[in-house]
Amino acid sequence: MNAQNMTRPETPTLPRHLRRLEAESIEIMRDVVAEFKKPVMLYSIGKDSSVMLHLAVKAFYPAKLPFPLMHVDTTWKFREMIAFRDETARRLGVDLIVHINKEGVARGINPIASGSSLHTQVMKTDALKQALDLYGFDAAFGGARRDEEKSRAKERIFSFRSPGHVWDPRNQRPELWNLFNTRIRRGETMRVFAISNWTELDVWEYIMLEKIPVVPLYFAKQRPVVHRNGALIMVDDERLPLQPNEKPEMKTIRFRTLGCYPLSGAIESAATTIEEIVAEMQVATVSERQGRLIDTDEAASMEKKKREGYF
Amino acid sequence: MDTDAIQGFGRPETKDQLRFITCGSVDDGKSTLIGRLLHDRKMIYEDQLRALARDSVKHGTTGDDMDFALLVDGLEAEREQGITIDVAYRFFNTPHRSFMVADTPGHEQYTRNMATGASNAQLAIILIDARKGVLLQTKRHSFICSLLGIRHVVVAVNKIDLVNYSKEVFDRIVGDYVAFASGLNFASVVPIPMSARYGDNIINRSGNTDWYHGPCLMDYLESIDIASETAGMPFRFPVQWVNRPNLDFRGYAGTIASGSIAVGDEIVVAASGRNSHVKRIATYDGDLALAEIGDAVTITLEDEIDIGRGDILAKPTERPEVADQFAAHVIWMDQEALVPGRSYALRVGTQSIATASITAIKYKIDVNTRERLAAATLGLNEIGFCNITTALPVSFDAYEANRRTGSFIVIDRYTNRTVGAGMIAFALRRATNIAWQPLSIGKKERAELKNQKPCILWFTGLSGAGKSTIANIVDQKLFAKSYHTMLLDGDNVRHGLNRDLGFTEADRVENIRRAGEVAKLMVDGGLIVICAFISPYKAEREMVRDLVAKDEFIEVFVDTPIEECVRRDPKGLYSKAKSGKIKNFTGIDAPYEVPSNPEIRLSTVGQKPERLADQIIEDLSLRGIVQGG
Repeated sequence: MNAQNMTRPETPTLPRHLRRLEAESIEIMRDVVAEFKKPVMLYSIGKDSSVMLHLAVKAFYPAKLPFPLMHVDTTWKFREMIAFRDETARRLGVDLIVHINKEGVARGINPIASGSSLHTQVMKTDALKQALDLYGFDAAFGGARRDEEKSRAKERIFSFRSPGHVWDPRNQRPELWNLFNTRIRRGETMRVFAISNWTELDVWEYIMLEKIPVVPLYFAKQRPVVHRNGALIMVDDERLPLQPNEKPEMKTIRFRTLGCYPLSGAIESAATTIEEIVAEMQVATVSERQGRLIDTDEAASMEKKKREGYF
Repeated sequence: MDTDAIQGFGRPETKDQLRFITCGSVDDGKSTLIGRLLHDRKMIYEDQLRALARDSVKHGTTGDDMDFALLVDGLEAEREQGITIDVAYRFFNTPHRSFMVADTPGHEQYTRNMATGASNAQLAIILIDARKGVLLQTKRHSFICSLLGIRHVVVAVNKIDLVNYSKEVFDRIVGDYVAFASGLNFASVVPIPMSARYGDNIINRSGNTDWYHGPCLMDYLESIDIASETAGMPFRFPVQWVNRPNLDFRGYAGTIASGSIAVGDEIVVAASGRNSHVKRIATYDGDLALAEIGDAVTITLEDEIDIGRGDILAKPTERPEVADQFAAHVIWMDQEALVPGRSYALRVGTQSIATASITAIKYKIDVNTRERLAAATLGLNEIGFCNITTALPVSFDAYEANRRTGSFIVIDRYTNRTVGAGMIAFALRRATNIAWQPLSIGKKERAELKNQKPCILWFTGLSGAGKSTIANIVDQKLFAKSYHTMLLDGDNVRHGLNRDLGFTEADRVENIRRAGEVAKLMVDGGLIVICAFISPYKAEREMVRDLVAKDEFIEVFVDTPIEECVRRDPKGLYSKAKSGKIKNFTGIDAPYEVPSNPEIRLSTVGQKPERLADQIIEDLSLRGIVQGG
């Protein structure tokens, strides 16, 4: 058969830049499965996780996912997120591990009384380390992107963690070409950011073209909210204590990023389709992380959290 | 915001991605340029601008103006020092292209980062300060870009506002640059006068430079043709992972490094020479009839042949090289220097080579002048042209012909750090032509005749630790029991075979390499080989271990504290070393790396050598090397 005379039978559905990003992520995932003993995919239920999971299904097709998903549950996620998580695991037939820091729960740590900083430390950072140690995972996929935040622009795709999950920005391995250094010693681990080079726009465009399901909270709907510290906080359940002057009101809102509901600021929006979301993004004047209350706890706070082992 | 970015959104058309790097000297304005591109492409949001304004007051260098550099200088330490110390990746987007920018540091000691950023870039923007013209750093950065295979260069003559938008200054700098760059391997060099700070000729042509008739930076970045570079390259498919979900499916997963492949095409496995035909090109989105460069696919074949991670599939008429010796440019990236003869791990494409060594540094290159200089070692940020030997044959292409299949990284086998990066130039000896001469009588037969199990008994320890003394007694005892042995003593070997070697790190490595190879030949001859060498470096001891079978290397660590060795000082060497009469003396001014897991550890203090020798014989008996008691 002569290759020159042939064309692709199907019209490629993706623009070339997305095909390149897709292929690059798939290559990274296959490398991890080929080189590590016990990988896991950290699944945070958000849009980036949805894309990552979709890419993983593609990477190993027709085989099933050769690793489990793991969700570190702070117990304060939106109810719709949990429902979506369980539905996704069922639909794709993948192994899902849900890990909760039980000591944290026993200590009564929560985002409201304990503050976002302590809550994140105990229920996310510590919980993640606990879970990685408990199951002995040597590589963990994460959905962080370089365009999200300043300190992430310099993050490696294969991010080396010394024993105790310590991230030292000065002790990261240079990454040249597609030649990742996957060698680790016992006790050391790797975080692998397979969609590092995707942007928020790429993620949405890909979700739309590939018809990837995402949590409905990304789309505008009437939801009960209160104004708090300049943010719109959704009253997702009865655990959110209301101040005397606070009164939940119904507003048409949606979320650009999802996390613990008392820490996730909503935006007023009428966007009910991905096209509308993207159109809105184009005229947005603030970044997606702006809705996250944890980034601004203190100066250079994301870098500090990362050193401590936060994703 | 203008809405053009969204116009291309979601349309499966020809929008592609360009990856480029920016490089220049400190203060040339790289970060400012990127900040400007992001700002003008509306990739900076208000909250980020607010943070920027806060930071500008705290760290900024531009007075009251917004300091765009702060936006792209990420890590805290860098913001405080005002220099970029690592590669940062930034993104922006137009209707026609998405862009990924590697912001690479211009500071002298960070060649490593520049090479990292350049390795995945298709184009380089080289910044030149219009007031300073072409500097040494400009030449260095250009050379590295060329070496890393970047074919397109934009010469950004920046801060043109500070020379009154002068055409004469611009022309002079361009003349200087073009004269210099003619010796480099660039396909295109496009000079643009600009001011990153004020935006001249970045997004739009500037009225301040009406004498300039070329494109502004953004127009050029959007229009440059990068696809034709890879057209017509031969098919290369490095196998990443074997996908075997059930007995009916055996697929080879990987990303096509170059060329294209169709169902029915004949392929050959580069290393083994086995061939077959493509049965299916499977993807989650359905089987393909044809796949091409950049596609991540899973290929199945008509025949069951042995293929694993690291193999390269090619077409029979266009095969890659297969060799276990090749010449390559190596960029050294570690504080600890490259030492010829030492063994390192390599990653070449998807092939992991556990043991490889740089057998010779032909020369190192002065990155400023491109002059070739003699070198015994390569230090951090040095670039050398080297001969490399691998334990197993490697499949590859010359880097100039294929960046994907011609590149490799060098990994320290103990710390696992990435210590170097390489670009293969050519094969030195084709592995296919050096098949082992088959010998009718092998190690097994020779050992059986002597009725023994051959091995290397490797004594390591400080000078004066007692290695030679104990080794000699062990030799006598084995001889008395009618075993066929040979004793290689470090001092004796240095009188003959290794007469030409001194005591630098490089010479010590070569000393042990030769001794190890001799010991291995003797093991092949069926002998029990007793070796007594200080052998201070773990890497070399492990190299010898790897030369023979797993149970044939027995490391004996003669563990005598340095104080005791100095006290004994049987040859008077420590006193000479302490008075400075001997240089590079292990334990005094050269390191000794203690074995972490020796088969036998002897604590000699207060022990008789005779007793210690017995201890070794007992151990050999447990290992089945010595029969009976």
